[in-house]
Amino acid sequence: MKAKTISVKKGNTLDTIRNFLTRLLKNKFLDGIMAPMLLPGGDGFVQSLIQDPDLLKKVNPTAPTIAVQSARILADLTSGSSKGELKGTLIGAVLKSCELRAVTELAKFLQIKLDNVVTIGIDCPGTCEVKDYAEAVKNNNGIPEQIFWNTFKDGTFKSQEGLSLRNACKICEYPAPMNADITIGLIGFDTQKEILVMAGESFEKQFKEKLSIELNEMIPDKRRITIEKIKSRHMENRTMIFNELSEKTENFNDLLKLLSTCIRCHNCMNACPICYCKECVFKSTVFEHNLNQYLNLAKRKGAIRMPTDNLIFHLTRLSHMATSCTGCGMCESACPNQLPISSLFGMMGDKLQEMFKYVPGRSIEEEPPVSVFKQDELHSETGSGG
Amino acid sequence: MAEYEPRIVAFLCNWCTYTGADLAGTSRLQYPANIRIIRLMCTGAVDTIYVLKALIEGADGILIGGCHPGDCHYQNGNYKVRRRMAILKQILKGFGYDEDRVWLRWISASEGKLFADTVISMVDELKKKGPNPINKLWTA
Repeated sequence: MKAKTISVKKGNTLDTIRNFLTRLLKNKFLDGIMAPMLLPGGDGFVQSLIQDPDLLKKVNPTAPTIAVQSARILADLTSGSSKGELKGTLIGAVLKSCELRAVTELAKFLQIKLDNVVTIGIDCPGTCEVKDYAEAVKNNNGIPEQIFWNTFKDGTFKSQEGLSLRNACKICEYPAPMNADITIGLIGFDTQKEILVMAGESFEKQFKEKLSIELNEMIPDKRRITIEKIKSRHMENRTMIFNELSEKTENFNDLLKLLSTCIRCHNCMNACPICYCKECVFKSTVFEHNLNQYLNLAKRKGAIRMPTDNLIFHLTRLSHMATSCTGCGMCESACPNQLPISSLFGMMGDKLQEMFKYVPGRSIEEEPPVSVFKQDELHSETGSGG
Repeated sequence: MAEYEPRIVAFLCNWCTYTGADLAGTSRLQYPANIRIIRLMCTGAVDTIYVLKALIEGADGILIGGCHPGDCHYQNGNYKVRRRMAILKQILKGFGYDEDRVWLRWISASEGKLFADTVISMVDELKKKGPNPINKLWTA
């Protein structure tokens, strides 16, 4: 990975980022760019596929808000074409770290085809709930993203009234994207003066020829140190939150208390990028029984809560996707009753990922634990007889 | 009071363990009647959801019986279920649940004796553990 520092004119970081994206589009480097664009109401940003370079003026990839997990969008964008069909077509996708890691996971599950995609990762110090962001804009608390200027510069974070980070972002392990084709680096820099552009070796020539950007610098230490500083603060939060949660979930009785306000809307599942099944078992008729079966069950337990899929829903989802959970927290943001789903999956995900020494999104080469096996492993699972 | 009799739901593969159970029967081997067998073509078809469903709705133990490593009729279904069950058991354990109510065992078509012995020892173990605590949780 080589880098180039780009100086920011008149302290306008956004213009510098927009300028860079515009050059990618205008110089036929990319055929389209997907990036968060300002909504007509001015109170939020949503991923948009942009063709007109002029509209990139409305783009703000640093806005601390995330409406939809981009991995799901990329799955929709790329699933309609067969391999090799669109040779030469390239779109750039501007992604936060958690989105990029989910993209990597979905690519491994064959839900995203990366042949026509250039991933453009951008540092993310955290995001706010969509409604909090909109509220902050309305209340005129300044430009909400300014609260992160210090985070970029020295790793510290001062919250602003009414604008706290989403829980998932408070415990995020990866503020900087992993393995993006192109990375826009903000952490470690006084972003009103300079930012960093990074790309792999395969892009060096194109950057020089098409953008006249010579990638000839190494990534400075100050960036690495600041990333570590943010990460270690988040890890402290993570340990604290997981410890508290683990005390609240010592047995199924406690877990059910924690989840007692779950209304089975399945929003967490619908918002989850990793839960990709087109035909979900929970939307199927698999567990539709006749009345007598329900009555039998009610007889056994005295009564049964309806609908019946409370514990089974969350535990099944844990067993299906926690090994690939990237911690984006969209599940928790989607929950109408603010259940700590993201922390629950993070806590259990850490254990399961450790079991298989797997880090979701770390590398496209690593197979997800649920889709492979080894012959020589887990012998203790089958009792002493092996 | 009658002695507590655990209820075991068993998912057995058609080619190995189910045939092994059949052999136990034709060989007139005695084993407890606490087991309810569901025959599947392969243990690779056992998703965690079915194990959870049985546990939540009243089973005291789950036995998953498949072919020995390398013997799967479909090459690798038994390796797949092993990973799946390892994941499920880690989750159960994480929530303070006794994951040892779920047994995965390799029993071939010729091992009728092993099948009978497995059921005997599983019933013994489950009697020691007592009834499945989820049975009483009406909101589960």
